[in-house]
Amino acid sequence: MNAATLWPVVGVAASLAVVLGAALGWLATRLRADPDSLVERLDALLPQTQCGLCRYPGCRPYAVAIARGEADTDRCPPGGEATARALAMLLGREPRTVDPRYGETRPPQVAMIDEARCIGCALCLPACPVDAIVGAPRFVHTVIESQCTGCELCLPPCPVDCIALLPSPGTASPPRAATASA
Amino acid sequence: MEFPTSASPQVIAGYTVPRVMFQVLLALAPVLAVQVYLYGPGSLWLVAVACVTALASEALALALRRRSSHAALRDGSVLVTAVLLALAVPPLLPWWLLAFGTAFAVLIGKHAYGGLGQNPFNPAMVGYAVLLVSFPLEMTRWPVPGPEWDALTGATALDALHTGLRQGYTMQEVRAGAEFGRLGAAGSEWVNLAALAGGAYLLARRIIRWQIPVAMLAGLAVPAALAHGLDPGGHAGAMFHLASGAAMLGAFFIATDPVSAATSDRGRLLYGAGIGLVTWIIRSWGSYPDGVAFAVLLMNLAVPLLDRVTVPRIHGHP
Amino acid sequence: MSARTGLRGGLRLESHKSLPLLQAVQPVPAPSAAVLALDQGSGEEARAVVTPGTRVRIGTRVASGHGAAADLHSPVSGEVRAVELRPTASGPGTCIVVANDGRDEREPNLAPLDWSALDGAALLERLAGGGLAGFGGAAFPTAGKLALARAAGVELLLLNGAECEPWICCDDALMRERASGVVLGTRVMLAACSAARATIALEDDKPEARAALEAALAEAGDARLGIVVLPAVFPLGAEGLLIAAVTGREVPSGALPPEVGVVCQNVGTAAAVARYVSEGLPALTRIVTVTGSGVRRPANLEARIGTPIAELVAACGGYGDTPPAARLIAGGSLTGRALASDAVPVTKGLNCVLVATAGDLPARAPQVPCIRCGDCAAACPVGLLPQQLHRAARVDDPAGLARFGLADCIECGCCDYVCPSAIPLTAGFRAARERQHLHEAERRRAAEAKTRYERHRRRQGEQAEAERRAFEAARRRALGDGAGSA
Repeated sequence: MNAATLWPVVGVAASLAVVLGAALGWLATRLRADPDSLVERLDALLPQTQCGLCRYPGCRPYAVAIARGEADTDRCPPGGEATARALAMLLGREPRTVDPRYGETRPPQVAMIDEARCIGCALCLPACPVDAIVGAPRFVHTVIESQCTGCELCLPPCPVDCIALLPSPGTASPPRAATASA
Repeated sequence: MEFPTSASPQVIAGYTVPRVMFQVLLALAPVLAVQVYLYGPGSLWLVAVACVTALASEALALALRRRSSHAALRDGSVLVTAVLLALAVPPLLPWWLLAFGTAFAVLIGKHAYGGLGQNPFNPAMVGYAVLLVSFPLEMTRWPVPGPEWDALTGATALDALHTGLRQGYTMQEVRAGAEFGRLGAAGSEWVNLAALAGGAYLLARRIIRWQIPVAMLAGLAVPAALAHGLDPGGHAGAMFHLASGAAMLGAFFIATDPVSAATSDRGRLLYGAGIGLVTWIIRSWGSYPDGVAFAVLLMNLAVPLLDRVTVPRIHGHP
Repeated sequence: MSARTGLRGGLRLESHKSLPLLQAVQPVPAPSAAVLALDQGSGEEARAVVTPGTRVRIGTRVASGHGAAADLHSPVSGEVRAVELRPTASGPGTCIVVANDGRDEREPNLAPLDWSALDGAALLERLAGGGLAGFGGAAFPTAGKLALARAAGVELLLLNGAECEPWICCDDALMRERASGVVLGTRVMLAACSAARATIALEDDKPEARAALEAALAEAGDARLGIVVLPAVFPLGAEGLLIAAVTGREVPSGALPPEVGVVCQNVGTAAAVARYVSEGLPALTRIVTVTGSGVRRPANLEARIGTPIAELVAACGGYGDTPPAARLIAGGSLTGRALASDAVPVTKGLNCVLVATAGDLPARAPQVPCIRCGDCAAACPVGLLPQQLHRAARVDDPAGLARFGLADCIECGCCDYVCPSAIPLTAGFRAARERQHLHEAERRRAAEAKTRYERHRRRQGEQAEAERRAFEAARRRALGDGAGSA
């Protein structure tokens, strides 16, 4: 290659670099993921326990924080490893195990009020983020089992410590496959 | 009375992987016999070298991956790779080159991807391609075929076709050369016939299904016939292509490697046809005389796409 | 693909049906205690209406049906000993145990039904009290199924006499010996669902059954009924595939047969319907094939519901000892369930007891990785790619499982049968289904929790807002007074 062919080659290569680089840059702005939709998708992966163990007041604020890059994907103990992995996969990151500083992952649980000891003080009612406790002042309270997420936020307000956490009952089996000859 | 439990189905047919592999090896025996008859005992020696190297490489790979080697070494899949590679290379190839190729095929072509069932590329063809590209001279040195086994080497029919057509000779002139037999390449046509016989056996025993071999041979023959019809001087006909090089071996033994082939029947038809077509293209216009190995590897690349677009219709879906 | 049936894949298997059919159907003595499972095979339990100590007679209703569970009646007279968990074919289940007093007293008001005088809707109502359920295995309430069919306006009642699975021959025996009952039951069901015609489908390995049915049809002289003979391919007897083979129509995925104008019933169900209208007896007995090399004299037995399987085996000469019985299967060799104990009782859905030796059901070879041979896809009758499903199930990939049709898998076992790597594909698909079901339940709970949380926040916001306004108003009043009074 001599000087006569060198400059055109350099010129072509440089122009290609400029054009392709500009195109990539423009595409990056055009195809950027909608931040709102990212929050929705992150929120959809969270277990909706609304327990606050992640140090955010609910699942959606945590999703917002992840989307903004303020929090990592390892803060949700109720979601466990499956949720941590799903969050990381959505963001295209390396999955991280749940950080034990935010709590331990336990099997699904529901709260139960010992009605013999409940004094009807109604302090646990506003504490429940999903309004799963039914009751009124000076009436016995009870937890609606199917709506309780096991977040444990009702335990601290109770002055007589009458709320216990029990393993959640399982769900029914799926319908059987149709091989039976009618 | 108490009984042990098990999940349904409670009985299976009992086909096993070793049985499948053994049938394939059996079907390769005629090919090996013909090669020995035509080219001398070199092929036998190479098959032995390849098998030993393959088993040793597999044991090494399993040890490195900390897997039990007992069952895996007995399943015969690596022996099929070894024998195919040994039959595909020229019988005069130095044994240590074949050992290198076989080791590469097993260690990189198979185990680097996860072992049995995980390799996206046909391991034997990976080994062949590496050898061909790295040692082009040794890999194209075929002996002159014939009942007498002297160590004379000469051009193969595909070589002659390749250079002859480029030098401006017509097909008829090239065809008259000594490298050509009645149907296709001299000597090689018998190897192809033996491979066809072995392939028919495998089809009859339902070890392989018809989609890939038929599609590949059609993919090779149809363009060849068309081109020959339009330009008889510039292209070889379909029968020649089907009876030379690794056409039959490729159709019935190499392309039918289930792990690297497409999944559904329709996908397999496209896969086979693609291999045939690319083989013809490489033979006609490429730099290498025979294109089967590269055609197989190229279509292996296309398998994920083929799988995506050829999912069969499920009962009850539109 | 078979041109006659349009069936893709499937298997031609050795039938193993000849031994039990060498003799006629034999009755089995009534059990000393009838164990009546509240779940007779449909997956849903009926509700017990008796308690320990209640006296019952043959035909007394002991459990009331709802949803997928039909009424349950006592097949013996005596006293209810217990209502407790007992081993059943589908695992531990609540059973009503009735001690048989040996007197065989019947309910007094059992009487034949003049079915031809009733119109379809009234007939359905009367049939509902007969405890009739699908005898083919699914045990779905017959009256309910026919009512759905009637509402959808089906035009074909399809009787399933295919019995495609190896070892099972109870329907063959039924059709040979009680063809007139099958035909009568068909005509009753035809009237109940108001279909235009009925077809009895059977496979070509049952020539005696075919002859018996043809004779019974000729005698009945009802031109709306006919027979169709199909090739003996497994699993042609699966409802969806049978409908496609006979009518050429495919039931859309996720839908039920009435959507293509067909309702399917087992021939055993038809015979039970016939017995109910002609004698007034609800579903109390069924024919069960007891077979396998592990039982001395394989036979088809007529047994009362609730008879423990051990007594059925005893009626066939007991367990053989050379070779010894190795496994006990409820059903055939492909879709049957392995039972841990022979205390499991007969239910309406139990068609066969296979006492298998190691020779009947050879052990599987050790599993090796999938070699992508594609034999599973070639064998799948529904057109799935079991290989891809297996890969998706291994990593729990819901998108992949949906794409390759896990929901359409009928768990027939054809893919397992042909796999050279001995991979337990069907068991994997079953497990993947369970996991998906659990995931979906979790997702639903999470979505509900989210909705309630958002309502909770809104309400708290509104409360806070109301308090703030009240405070402001009070403050304004206090200041205003002060200003005014100052």
